[in-house]
Amino acid sequence: MTFGILIDYEFCTGCQSCEVACKEEHGIPVGQWGIHLLDDGPWECSDGKFNWNKYPVPTRLCDLCAKRTAAGKQPSCVHHCLAGVMQYDTVANLAKQLETKPNQVLFVPKPYKY
Amino acid sequence: MKLFDGQGTKDIGKPWRFEEDGLTVTRGCAWSPPGCHPTGCGIKVYTNDKGELVKIEGDENHPITNGRLCVRCLTMKDYVYHPDRVRYPMKRSRKDRGKDKWERITWDEAYDIIAEKVAYFKEKYGPESILIMGGTGREGGPMLPAYAHACIGTPNACYTQSGYSCYIPRVAGTTYVLGATYPEMDYAGGLPGRYDNPEFTIPELIVFWGKEPLPSNGDGLFGHAAIDMMRRGAKLMSIDPRANWASTRAEWHLRLRPGTDAALAMAMLNVIINENLYDEDFVSRWTYGFEQLAERVQDMPVEKAAEITGVDAELIRDAARAYATAKPAQIAWGLAIDQKSNGVQAGHCILALQAITGNVDVPGGQLIGDVNDGLELGFGWNNLGPELQSKIMGIKEYPAYVGLVLNAQCDMVLEALETEKPYAFKMGIFEDTNLLAGTCAAQPKRWHDAMANNLEWSFGIDVWMTPTIQACCEIFLPLSTTVEHDTVVYTHYGASPIMAGAVNKCITVGETKGDCEIMYELGKRCMPINFEKYKDYYDFLADYRLGYKQTFEELRDEVVHQKTETLSYRKYESGKLRPDGRPGFNTPTGRIELFSTMFQQFGEDPLPYYMEPQLSPISTPEEFQKYPLVLTTGARTYCYFHSEGKQIPYLREMNPDPLIEINPKDALRFSIVDGQWVEVENPFGKIVLKAKVSQIVKEGVVHAQHGFWFPEADCEEPVLYDVWRSNINELIPHRYIGKLGFGAPFKCMICKVSPTDKSWDTDMQKVWERFGKLVIEK
Repeated sequence: MTFGILIDYEFCTGCQSCEVACKEEHGIPVGQWGIHLLDDGPWECSDGKFNWNKYPVPTRLCDLCAKRTAAGKQPSCVHHCLAGVMQYDTVANLAKQLETKPNQVLFVPKPYKY
Repeated sequence: MKLFDGQGTKDIGKPWRFEEDGLTVTRGCAWSPPGCHPTGCGIKVYTNDKGELVKIEGDENHPITNGRLCVRCLTMKDYVYHPDRVRYPMKRSRKDRGKDKWERITWDEAYDIIAEKVAYFKEKYGPESILIMGGTGREGGPMLPAYAHACIGTPNACYTQSGYSCYIPRVAGTTYVLGATYPEMDYAGGLPGRYDNPEFTIPELIVFWGKEPLPSNGDGLFGHAAIDMMRRGAKLMSIDPRANWASTRAEWHLRLRPGTDAALAMAMLNVIINENLYDEDFVSRWTYGFEQLAERVQDMPVEKAAEITGVDAELIRDAARAYATAKPAQIAWGLAIDQKSNGVQAGHCILALQAITGNVDVPGGQLIGDVNDGLELGFGWNNLGPELQSKIMGIKEYPAYVGLVLNAQCDMVLEALETEKPYAFKMGIFEDTNLLAGTCAAQPKRWHDAMANNLEWSFGIDVWMTPTIQACCEIFLPLSTTVEHDTVVYTHYGASPIMAGAVNKCITVGETKGDCEIMYELGKRCMPINFEKYKDYYDFLADYRLGYKQTFEELRDEVVHQKTETLSYRKYESGKLRPDGRPGFNTPTGRIELFSTMFQQFGEDPLPYYMEPQLSPISTPEEFQKYPLVLTTGARTYCYFHSEGKQIPYLREMNPDPLIEINPKDALRFSIVDGQWVEVENPFGKIVLKAKVSQIVKEGVVHAQHGFWFPEADCEEPVLYDVWRSNINELIPHRYIGKLGFGAPFKCMICKVSPTDKSWDTDMQKVWERFGKLVIEK
């Protein structure tokens, strides 16, 4: 089974708990990330409203917290997300969730070496 | 109970302490340090057989936080084992103020010296010559009056921020107008099952008014509860000059000019009253002075408010109608209300909005505590005696302030420190406060000079050596963190019927002690009359924090106690808001006083009014030519609690340098590029900040971050951790306060911004090398 992380970026508040929970879990130094929050905004649209979306993106260091998930826990980022907008599950299950609500993004990370 | 799909469930139902893979796991609630308000987030602390902290996680059992945890607790291990942490009591001589010449002493020696000094200054100059200063939010914050009155025996506790510009201006309105505890937005925090509890109603509308609860968790409100409710259908309205993230998820965003909240609120009242959108039944039964309020708000037609605030008139009308017709609706009203001299009036209007729309003490509206809930105030006060009580500074000049919080009026305190009038302060105590670091003091250099030169002797309590203690103190008492002591956290300082939580000791670091323990031990020496009745620390804690409703051990077994026994709605009908048990509110008229008889007694206008900020494009157009930008300060970040967190590498990395946000159009106008260091100047001071060019602020407005000092810099005077370089409070004048003594213009000042050709960028690699290696010592 393939696992992934589904993120509802409509309600991602950009708290960066995912980044720091990950760094603590894996001992990642400053200047490096296992999941990294990318920030698009705020910029004003023609209707006067602002676009501002925050996207936590797993990096090449992300192993989906293999040790934690083997012990029945959530990945550290998912567990600590303040807005509760991250889910860890099989891609099959998450894909179903993805259909039910817009403005979500599904990541299927795996550490790679090039 | 699972609140959202991503919530973990592995440890649900586990006891307060359990074993897992050779580690001991202790469940508990966090307060401080690391600095935070009393949110009491659930934590699981993992310790090994050597008694060392291995890691910390969020506790999924916690009914409000459900395992979620912010970066300030996630970095707990980096905090408790930080190489710069002060682990033992220290002393140095008076002549070495500002120098790094501390020597380790024992607690007994520290207490002996302090008790001797307290006795000396009491005898020689009177107890009132001892001044105890405190900060905000941390556990020591609300303990400040008790530290003064009960523990030391001086009437003079002082929260040092000009106009007490934090929370208390709102509390003043609440106490005098509403006669109840602070009406917090209701997020079902005290209800088992939370949002699904049948007693609760999801609000149709949440208003964030001058508040960013997502990063701040102000007063213990877990801000992300708003996100939970939005995901269950609540709409959001944002009243904020900045386009912060939350405002981009709001259907209405009123981007008012900083400092004009009272004008906006009066116009919203005007619309709701003139269009008959108010709750007639509630108004007629439970409010006082509606006719006078209705008449007063005719002074603020929507078009006038639009001109003052810069918000489109139609948007003001729409917002007023949306708020009045949403049932229920709730307002999270924030610090921005406090940080202007007109803030009490803005708060009065917001209370009036909540009242006339029938949203007070209804499910999903504004939740208030019953008559037995409240701030811990009054401990030790009576034992001071009437003569000493009458000497609390400012009681004659500012009775609405001093009498409400039993705090010396802080603007008068600074002047007394400088001039020795009406009397001199000789001894200083710094209780969990770093007031020089651009946090809770206007013009901190003035405070620095007055305190460092004129206080004969001082001691401080903190986790770190701070610029404040380095400059002013002879003794340093090391504070333990939230995982190193047993105490109790209670949401909203006990003023909301939400929860009490056990803060559990899991590890020992050096010889640190918690605030409650220090107060208990020092109090036994200095003011035994207040402490000798307790058989031990836990007995004291059970009385002081739990009113003997529970013992600490009982609470620890529960970890979190939701206050279901006192939580009820519409308490004005049941008589639970008044000590005499009669229906109504605890005000002189028994009603919510839209016309405030208490304000009238204090010589203030009983009705709300609008006043321009003292320096603004309207009130001082000539000055504005020289300083053509409106300056607002102090928006919250996730990584810092005011001045705290700068030495934690993972936190510093999130916000390494102090920023000033400037609109792209203004950046072009003043030749500033993104990331450039700029001089920020006004008639009161000049500092440097790093420009962040962003539409987050409107053209004509800049926002500057607060609370910056640089723990990696030279710790000695005159550098003092570079505390003056980027200290935004140097630009905020002292004593620009309202009539009752409340509110100073921290969020509505003016300034100019000019580019520099230098860089003060933080070298994160150096911060990492210096602070990243943890020290676990026995």
